[in-house]
Amino acid sequence: MFILFHIVFLLGVAVSAVPSAIAPPVKVISFAEFEQLVENPSDKIRVYNFWATWCAPCVKEMPVFEKVSAEDGTVALIFISMDDGRRPERVSAFMERKGIKSDVYLLDDVDYNSWINKVSEKWSGAIPATLFVTPNGKRLFHEGEMDEQELKAIISRLK
Amino acid sequence: MKAKRIILTLIAAIAAVNMSLFAQSGYQVGDNARDFRLKSVGGKMISMADQAEVKGYLLIFSCNTCPYVVAYEDRMIALHNTYAPKGFPVIAINPNDAARSAGDSFENMKIRAKSKNFPFPYVHDETQAVAKAYGATNTPQVYLVVKEGSDFVVNYIGAIDNNYRDASDVTKRYVEEALEAILAGEAIKEANTKAIGCTINGGNHNRLC
Repeated sequence: MFILFHIVFLLGVAVSAVPSAIAPPVKVISFAEFEQLVENPSDKIRVYNFWATWCAPCVKEMPVFEKVSAEDGTVALIFISMDDGRRPERVSAFMERKGIKSDVYLLDDVDYNSWINKVSEKWSGAIPATLFVTPNGKRLFHEGEMDEQELKAIISRLK
Repeated sequence: MKAKRIILTLIAAIAAVNMSLFAQSGYQVGDNARDFRLKSVGGKMISMADQAEVKGYLLIFSCNTCPYVVAYEDRMIALHNTYAPKGFPVIAINPNDAARSAGDSFENMKIRAKSKNFPFPYVHDETQAVAKAYGATNTPQVYLVVKEGSDFVVNYIGAIDNNYRDASDVTKRYVEEALEAILAGEAIKEANTKAIGCTINGGNHNRLC
């Protein structure tokens, strides 16, 4: 009986540990699906941040983006991962580890030259990069890392 | 006297703004690319003018630390082995600031070059002066230059091909197609391409558009 109790207890621990060990899968999308996402009507200023788990300046600016979006109800933050589309679980695990709560999509299209200019003609392809889209569809693009002040300044400019 | 000083300050300010704008935009296809003198992992100082017999160069802004570069290293070697005998050798240029990215130190460049047995010079653009002059933004990024007299004219700027992940899934070989066009005396169909890549560390490129 004692042993049985222990087994049940251990099983319980194992099961309860599972949800935190395996984060919900990040949604893998095509460029067409990304465009759809951008074109969907929204009453918020959408902030699409292009990043990757291996990109140090990207990872550095993520908490700033999370903070600014959490404090400002008019902003919706969406992280667009450039990581390997064959391994979305790596991105899920990363988000879990960093405690990132915003929406994350993995844009899986390595034929980059076919779509970079559609995001912005001004984009060289370097990340981090951020696309801002206002409720009336106005777009603003920023290439390079941002601090809290810069990010807030751009958002207030768009209001 | 005071007015003169103000005017001089203004001129200096305008010049500085113009220079910074110029530095950000870098070279376009058709521009003359400046030569450089950078230290290679082999110990020698490397310039484009060194090799009198070349038709041009594949200058590849590269590094040690970027997964995209790692994915392309074997293709960089293959490009050199195919096109150096035809007059277009590769020079790989690492413009990353070792102070910001320890993995990109000169010592680590030597280790990487040795372990991959690079057949081309791998040089360090320590001050990022070359990357800034060229307008390189991310790695790997190719500048294909063609020698015209003592000039090196930019003929192609961009990615190596259209699939970093899997060389066997490539459908567009941008650099090869550009080189073949040059060798055949034809116009290059796609002279500019873009790819997602690692931001060059230390480069002060931060643009709002």
